[in-house]
Amino acid sequence: MKALEALNRMPAWARYMIYALIGILVLTVVESFESGDVSRLTADTASRAMLKWSVPILLAGLGGLYSERAGVVNIGLEGMMILGTWFGAWGALEWGPTAGIIIGMAGGAIGGLIHAIATVGFGVDHIISGVAINIMAPGATTFLSSEVFGNRTQSPNVPGVGQFTMPVLAGGDIFGLETPDILGSIADQEIFYLSDIANFSRGLMSEMSLFTVMALALVPITAWAVWRTRFGLRLRIAGEAPYAGESLGVDIIKRKYQGVIISGALAGLAGASISMELADFYQEGQTQGRGFIGLAALIFGNWKPQGILAAALLFGYPFGVSLRDLDGSSTHALLLVVALGLAAVAVWAWTRNAKSDVILAGSFSLGMFVWYLLSDTAPDWLPNTMPYVIVLLVLVFAAQRLRMPAADGLVYRKGGS
Amino acid sequence: MPKDFKTLMLTVAAPATAVVFALLFSSLVLLLAGSNPIDAFADMLEYGTRLEVMVDILNRAVPLYISGIAAAVGFRMNLFNIGVEGQYSMGAFFAAAAGGAIVLPGFLHLLFILVVAMVVGALWAGLAGWLKVARGVNEVISTIMLNFIALGGVIAALIVPWRDGEGSLNSGTKLIEDSGLLPDLNWLLEIFTRDIGKSRELSGALVLAVLVGIFYHLLINRSRLGFDLRASGMNPMAAKAGGVPPKQMVMLAMVVSGAIAGLVGMVDILSRAGRYDNNFTPGLGFAGIAVALLGRNHAVGVAFSALLFAFLSASSSILQITGSASPEIVVIMQGIILLVAVIAYEFVNRIKEREVTRLASLAVEGADA
Amino acid sequence: MALAIELIDITKRFPGVLANDRVNLSVEAGEIHAICGENGAGKSTLMKILYGMQPPDEGKMLVNGKEVNFASPSEAIDAGIGMVHQHFMLADNLSVLENVILGSEPVMSGGRIDFNEAHRHLAEVADSYGLDVEADDLVESLEVGERQRVEIIKVLYRGGEILILDEPTAVLVPQEVEELFRNLRELKARGSTIIFIDHKLLEVLEIADSITVLRQGRTVATVKAEDVTAADLAELMVGSELPSPETTENTVTDTVALEVTGLTVLDEDKRPSVSNVSLRVRKGEIVGIAGVEGNGQGELIDAIVGTADISTGSISLLGEDITNWEVRARREAGIGLVPQDRHHEGLLLSAPLWENAALGHQTQVPFSKRGWIDRAGSKAQTERIVEEFGVRTPNVEVASYALSGGNQQKLIIGREMTANPVVLIAAHPTRGIDVGAQAAVWQSIRDARAEGLATMLISADLDELIGLSDTILVMFHGEIVAELDPASITPRDLGSYMTGAARSEDN
Repeated sequence: MKALEALNRMPAWARYMIYALIGILVLTVVESFESGDVSRLTADTASRAMLKWSVPILLAGLGGLYSERAGVVNIGLEGMMILGTWFGAWGALEWGPTAGIIIGMAGGAIGGLIHAIATVGFGVDHIISGVAINIMAPGATTFLSSEVFGNRTQSPNVPGVGQFTMPVLAGGDIFGLETPDILGSIADQEIFYLSDIANFSRGLMSEMSLFTVMALALVPITAWAVWRTRFGLRLRIAGEAPYAGESLGVDIIKRKYQGVIISGALAGLAGASISMELADFYQEGQTQGRGFIGLAALIFGNWKPQGILAAALLFGYPFGVSLRDLDGSSTHALLLVVALGLAAVAVWAWTRNAKSDVILAGSFSLGMFVWYLLSDTAPDWLPNTMPYVIVLLVLVFAAQRLRMPAADGLVYRKGGS
Repeated sequence: MPKDFKTLMLTVAAPATAVVFALLFSSLVLLLAGSNPIDAFADMLEYGTRLEVMVDILNRAVPLYISGIAAAVGFRMNLFNIGVEGQYSMGAFFAAAAGGAIVLPGFLHLLFILVVAMVVGALWAGLAGWLKVARGVNEVISTIMLNFIALGGVIAALIVPWRDGEGSLNSGTKLIEDSGLLPDLNWLLEIFTRDIGKSRELSGALVLAVLVGIFYHLLINRSRLGFDLRASGMNPMAAKAGGVPPKQMVMLAMVVSGAIAGLVGMVDILSRAGRYDNNFTPGLGFAGIAVALLGRNHAVGVAFSALLFAFLSASSSILQITGSASPEIVVIMQGIILLVAVIAYEFVNRIKEREVTRLASLAVEGADA
Repeated sequence: MALAIELIDITKRFPGVLANDRVNLSVEAGEIHAICGENGAGKSTLMKILYGMQPPDEGKMLVNGKEVNFASPSEAIDAGIGMVHQHFMLADNLSVLENVILGSEPVMSGGRIDFNEAHRHLAEVADSYGLDVEADDLVESLEVGERQRVEIIKVLYRGGEILILDEPTAVLVPQEVEELFRNLRELKARGSTIIFIDHKLLEVLEIADSITVLRQGRTVATVKAEDVTAADLAELMVGSELPSPETTENTVTDTVALEVTGLTVLDEDKRPSVSNVSLRVRKGEIVGIAGVEGNGQGELIDAIVGTADISTGSISLLGEDITNWEVRARREAGIGLVPQDRHHEGLLLSAPLWENAALGHQTQVPFSKRGWIDRAGSKAQTERIVEEFGVRTPNVEVASYALSGGNQQKLIIGREMTANPVVLIAAHPTRGIDVGAQAAVWQSIRDARAEGLATMLISADLDELIGLSDTILVMFHGEIVAELDPASITPRDLGSYMTGAARSEDN
């Protein structure tokens, strides 16, 4: 318990660092149980793929944050992201990658504007408007695609954005000069745990695309903008107590519009990152519901940027592990990780004397453990499904601990207090 | 009755505005894209009124309608069942598998399949209901997650062991014997029309849709249970003080919604393919939400909006052939109709609110004078 | 002395209501000026106009001698006016500091909030007025009195010199009221002008220098506090004809209708909100429950109706143990409920009147038969209720939100009375309704009593309690601390039990 208290007193970045180290330790230990030469759980390929997969989720989640902190629920993120995939690809094809990013964001922002007009301007229920946008967006992009690309489902190949590898630590170049690859050399030593940390971190620092850098930078930028600036304070009052803000002369309507439009722009950026970076072309339906996962990341992350980052990485991780895991053995090891996680939840619930939680988490954990023991490989659908199951489990055990903005989802009418 | 007439006009005005707005906006889009909107709409109207296409429209409208009613049950209870998508897929998949696995005499086989579909749909929706009631998990998020788990998890996991025949890429579950399939209704339609061309069948699921609509209307608007449901949706605290347990109402609404959702895939399974395969129609859950919203959760209104959406989808295929426009224009139209309609409803609602408040206060002044 | 505020012939109309009718108000700089009036007298409307939340239809406003026309609260704030709302305008999930600086944040380049400057300014304001707050605490962790202090600091932080406080004592316990009054006197000593809206006369006399009384939207009088007594004020407020709730002959029988024994209800933190309460209501008897709000009355009602879980104790109706019955069974057995908050617990606002009339009785004839709603029967019954209880409405198809508060309340009373209950639980039955409707509600409770209804009356209106009840029980901190005879008690005595200053055992 003392350790926990000490942990709580630490600055946030240090705490998250410790969580990450514990996480890698668990993965290292689990890895060692697995038969065969699997060290994919902590491989740089896994962490690199994880990060790459996490980027659209992270961007969508951050987009959701701006909207929901302003009190507008945005399940239209998916639709705005779809707009971003098309507009990003189109912009990049016509005027190059930079234009692709900007136009992709603009496309998403148009979706945000429509959502804002409906919900803030006309007082339409937020979920209803979001559903309408999710229905409209794929129609719009398919139409545009067939008109502009002459192919309703796909665009030509899109010029990609540049990549960046951290010099010194991960062996990146500085002005064309090669630098040492410190983490890589530690990883090659195959020291228990230490090499795992090095290898995993190396994956995070090499071959980062511009989108990755932007998405990661947006985490502290969002934390700063929403919690340290006048804009942020007024945005949050719109989501927490709009009538209190109104009584002090804050223009709530304006703040809500800003929040939802920024939300759309970030969702558009998320979409552009899929078409321009992950796929290299626009394709119908290529968001695959990641706007919804972004929304889940927002909730999982308790409406905070660092939480959204953690959630996005967690959701991206199974994809990362499964990417080069043709026989399904590494993914199989994830079953044990989940079982251990649930066991930890059960123990935590035990200390809090929450009996039903202990039983529920305990039996889920046991089930996962039995599955792990009785099988050698995991089926290919598992990594795709795991994020959703994890979200549900988190909501089951932590719904009461999550704190959404108090006026989130409520229709605001000026002077209607 | 001038007062009723005015109310009726207000009610019809919103969707009419939406359609007009959608026509105008899509015309603009078509003009910008270099197509002639009048040609395109004329083509659609001509094509969409052919008998065979009208059969197609009805067949498309049926699952949309059932899905819309499934969503509407939730809406009337102030619940957003975004999970119709997952519920109907689960229902259809398990029903197809169960129906293919056994053969029962005559009508019983069909009934068995329908019951399996409804029970599975109800269970999947009930899971979201339980999460809300017992764990306080918002149903919007849980049903979205359950959609993904259903399609990417459960069905993806089971379709391999349950498929019929090895190797074939487009394989599905075992084919259901004829006794389990829905008979077509061509004979019924042909009483009024000429013979329907070959390979066009009016699906018997139309009967299901009509029954679902009647059931929904009676349950929600006429039964005491429906009163309890609506009361709990409007004001759970007041309903609770009036003897309506809110948690049970949430469970009930989710289960009924899910059971109806289970029937959405029956056109595909029992009239088209005879099994669950790769061609199973996705996306009907979200379309159902749109149809329910456009139809204001009213049994007849939802029917009109389902027919409108079905008309747009079915008649758009002619645009490909005549080349007068890109057929995707109809998806944009559907989206605009929905968005403008919900905005217009909100607008009309506020006008009505003001009107009613004015009338009520007039009654007070009149009485005081 | 100079006038800080002068309102001349302010008129404000709402659909069907003349909320302010040529109201005049003159507030001198540096005084505490109370505005008194019953619920619905137009106080809140007047203050909303003064604070720029609503424009007046007619009339002139002068602040410090200059004519003003506020289009929004921010213009009022700029003119030095600040308001402490009855329902606090605070964001729970924000810190005290954030709540205070909102709208007047000190910023550096790039829109960055200068938190150091904000802390300094907040500390300066708090210190100079002796208002004690912790700047970095989340508002959700504060007590009610502390929240009110934050609201006051919000005004002072902006340099506000004229404070409007809307029923500030309604939510406070007595010690907090004392603390508030100390703070207000300090503010006054430092030159602030305070407008204090209230209808608790003794408080008003204690704190105010001048008092303006409003009645039915009009100014009745402005007086100096030292020149009047509470009785004078009461007369000004209600007019010469006080609608007195006197009951007539004794109708109490020997049949116990409702009996509560050793009832304890625990709140979320497992602390007792109702503690070992026992009471009996006989047929033909009205038992009044007095107490400052939040002393367990709400939980007691919920436990009897069945909407809250009880920890220990039992409840019986006409001798039958109903402790483990569902709400519906209890309602069917004859427990009627007039809830304390009609919008939250009593009505389906967007549903037509006839559905509202059915709520709580939907399992019974004439509202339903064999599981089906009887629409014709329900409407006919609703029309009877509308007729009998004088609900002013165009028809029974109107949604209940359209009705005025008084008519909504009459509908609820009518719905419960016509169901022939054995026991009626009436919580604040006349709260927020006009004088005419109040008299009608009292009359129907009296009539039902004469016919043998057992009534449990929970009210904050002491005149109502004393006038209607056969017995009065006082609740304090979840316990029943006194059983009193209304015939021999004054509001003043009752007040001392309610605030915990006296217990009946001590007598």
